[in-house]
Amino acid sequence: MSSSPVPRRELKDKAVDLLLSDQFVLYLSIFYVLLLAPFLPMLVTPANLVNVLSNMWPLLIVAIGQTFVLAIGGIDLSQGAAIALTSVLGAVLITGAADPATFANTPIWGWLLTDAGGPLAGVDHGVVLAIAAMLVAAVVIGLINGMAVAMFAMPAFIVTLVAMMIFSAFALWLTQSGNVANLPDDFIRLGRGDIVSVYFGAKEEAKIARRAIYSLVTYPMVIAMCVALAAHMLLNRTVFGSQVLAIGMNRKAAEISGVRVRRIIIAVFVLSAVCAMIGGLLFAARLEAGRPTLGGGSFLLDVIGAAVIGGTSLFGGKAKVIWTFFGVMFYVIMASSLSAMNLSAFQIDMVKGGIILCAALLDVLRTRLKRERVR
Amino acid sequence: MTDLLSLQGLSKSWFGIPANRDVSFSVREASVLGIIGQNGAGKSTLMNMIGGVVKPTSGHMLWRGLPYEPAGAADATRIGIAFIHQELNLFTNLSVAENLYIDGFPRRMGLIDWKRINERSRQVLSRLSLDFDPSVEVGRLSPGERQLVEIARALHNEASLLIFDEPTTSLTPRETERLFATIENLKSQGCTIIYISHILSDVQRLCDDIVVLRDGELVSKGTITEFPIPLMIRSMIGRDMGGMFPPRSNQPQGATVLEARGLTQPGVIEDVDLTVHEGEILGLFGLMGAGRSELARVLFGLDKCAKGTISLKGRPLEGPVRAHIEAGMAFVTENRREEGLMMDASVAENLTLASLAAFGRGPFALIDRDRVAERTERMREELNIKASDIHSQPAKALSGGNQQKVVIGKWQLRDPDLFILDEPTRGVDVGAKYEIYSLIDQIAARGGGIMMISSELEELMGMADRIVVMNRGEIKGQVLRQDFDRERILALAFGEIAE
Repeated sequence: MSSSPVPRRELKDKAVDLLLSDQFVLYLSIFYVLLLAPFLPMLVTPANLVNVLSNMWPLLIVAIGQTFVLAIGGIDLSQGAAIALTSVLGAVLITGAADPATFANTPIWGWLLTDAGGPLAGVDHGVVLAIAAMLVAAVVIGLINGMAVAMFAMPAFIVTLVAMMIFSAFALWLTQSGNVANLPDDFIRLGRGDIVSVYFGAKEEAKIARRAIYSLVTYPMVIAMCVALAAHMLLNRTVFGSQVLAIGMNRKAAEISGVRVRRIIIAVFVLSAVCAMIGGLLFAARLEAGRPTLGGGSFLLDVIGAAVIGGTSLFGGKAKVIWTFFGVMFYVIMASSLSAMNLSAFQIDMVKGGIILCAALLDVLRTRLKRERVR
Repeated sequence: MTDLLSLQGLSKSWFGIPANRDVSFSVREASVLGIIGQNGAGKSTLMNMIGGVVKPTSGHMLWRGLPYEPAGAADATRIGIAFIHQELNLFTNLSVAENLYIDGFPRRMGLIDWKRINERSRQVLSRLSLDFDPSVEVGRLSPGERQLVEIARALHNEASLLIFDEPTTSLTPRETERLFATIENLKSQGCTIIYISHILSDVQRLCDDIVVLRDGELVSKGTITEFPIPLMIRSMIGRDMGGMFPPRSNQPQGATVLEARGLTQPGVIEDVDLTVHEGEILGLFGLMGAGRSELARVLFGLDKCAKGTISLKGRPLEGPVRAHIEAGMAFVTENRREEGLMMDASVAENLTLASLAAFGRGPFALIDRDRVAERTERMREELNIKASDIHSQPAKALSGGNQQKVVIGKWQLRDPDLFILDEPTRGVDVGAKYEIYSLIDQIAARGGGIMMISSELEELMGMADRIVVMNRGEIKGQVLRQDFDRERILALAFGEIAE
């Protein structure tokens, strides 16, 4: 074993470079797909890719909101509840009809919701008004979280945990756990509307079956990409973003340097709730219903897991939107491959948990490598 | 006297870069050996080799004349070496006795034998002439007392070599005295001590022998009588300093920058009047707990005060920190690590933190990166910050002196009218101290007002145009440069005289 140590060192350096690069999770995703493709050919079929993408966009938007909160060293557990509440609110306002059998016992029956639907049903620009109302609700939720954390110095964990309890219970109580359906087409289009579609097949067919057309560019994609781009600029290119990261790195130093710490913390929680609401809007539109159970279950694990897999630190100060983008991508690819393996939902959650654990371990490893490199 | 520990040609390199080269010296039994050197001189690596944390690349050690090759820190502890660290390793939520026995509680019939623990603890404490009860919680002790508990733990583990690394940085003068008495006491009981410190007068007072390290090598050694302080400094930095302080290059002008009247916060500061003029360095002296830093925090708007007014260049100031910054104040706190820097962020990010808004362009305040690069690069040159790449190198990778320059540079980018500097040279080695002093002098020469707080009276006497002395939250008097007199300033600080 007399091979010279120099090339080996270079190889190790390259490996460390790769591990520390912004695109590491992208490479990991590609590697994962290439590794599994021979065994699960359906993973790379157009149908599956379209499916993976459609799962990715709403999650991406929510995870971007979470990324900002993680960046200040906080955590927002109430995003799922914000989704539940805003989706129910929006749906109730614009639903075209409601079934008395389901809703007659709800506290909103008779004044907000009748069998003829909600107050904005059939109104001009009703969808826009409903979305505005959802936005206001999200801002209120964010303000409550942010003010509790910033003004009273309460831990974000407990504040948002309580907010999660209260708002998701409130959403359930409003509709007595009923799903509000009969939403107008304008709204539903936001969840699945194609802008560009592709068709693989012979040109001669006179009529193309709907299922043979694959969506390439959809409304959710455009919305999510716009949000991602704006969020990227905001976090990494603006004064606001620099201050967000500064608070995450050293709140005291930021405060003494004149950063408006409290104001920024509040803004970040509002941003998180608004992102949750936009993501929830896309979910609700795709499911064609406002559901008080949206954003429940292990959804929060998906959001935080995806952000952490991307490389955002739970300790604050270290976050990039592009990391979250790749994290979400890896996460949905993994989830889709697991369901393609015919695993049950329980088994999938077990594997997901394991992967998030690995991501947390990886974060520790990367931090250590970075520290060694500095020396 | 025999040698307890001998190092013979000890070397250590990291990735081919030597941290220690061929270091040889011996520690005599029942003596105090002082080790001095600038930051980065190789003291820590050397101590880590003695402590078994780091393996030497070459050379060897003898313990009582026998080969000593520690495989880990546990070997060093077993043989009788104990470290008293800068950051104390005590459990503040546990009692003194519990801390002493943390490595293994004696048991009787399966239960912890508290009676024996308390008895033995009391014995160890009395060996150090400590009068507190072993059941008292460590969190309730002062930093000085905690350090003595740490020494008690070392004695309890039957250590025969105690290594002190900068033990006095967080102690009051009284606690320092007590520590020194304890060290003398330990020596008379046959303990051997290695004492590492930047405070050369302490080294001179305490040590029997001295070893000077520079750039990883031993540059000189001898008995303390052969080493007056100027020689120590010369050996450490390898050249003559021509004095510790740069000459002041300007005279303060008449115009008032800062004016505080009747500042009062019950229990903290009492009726403080203070003026700082353009181009003036005002020294603020006082013992630990005299309210110096508290006054600085009030002046900067970080803490409230019940009564009194502050004005900057004639404009009254109130409200949050931000208002004070925008009016032209800057504050370099005593605690660089926790309040001054984002240790993981780059030098450039740290430099721009206080002036971020000025780099924003357009309605979304997009950061003008070219301007950031230009301004931070200029600041790096101006302050002579030694960093390989200010955009990628994190602040924590810099030496203490360069870190402090970054904190000063952060404010310099705002071009403030008043600088409040709280212990600006704490944790900064001798060579870099001079650079910091020069920077302060330059700021004053450009017309900035400076309020400099320090526990080192020599430093204030070397730099200040005027020294104001505080005691228990009150200003006891002021001394002009031409009347500087150590005895008088100390007497004011101890509250023995007042004007």
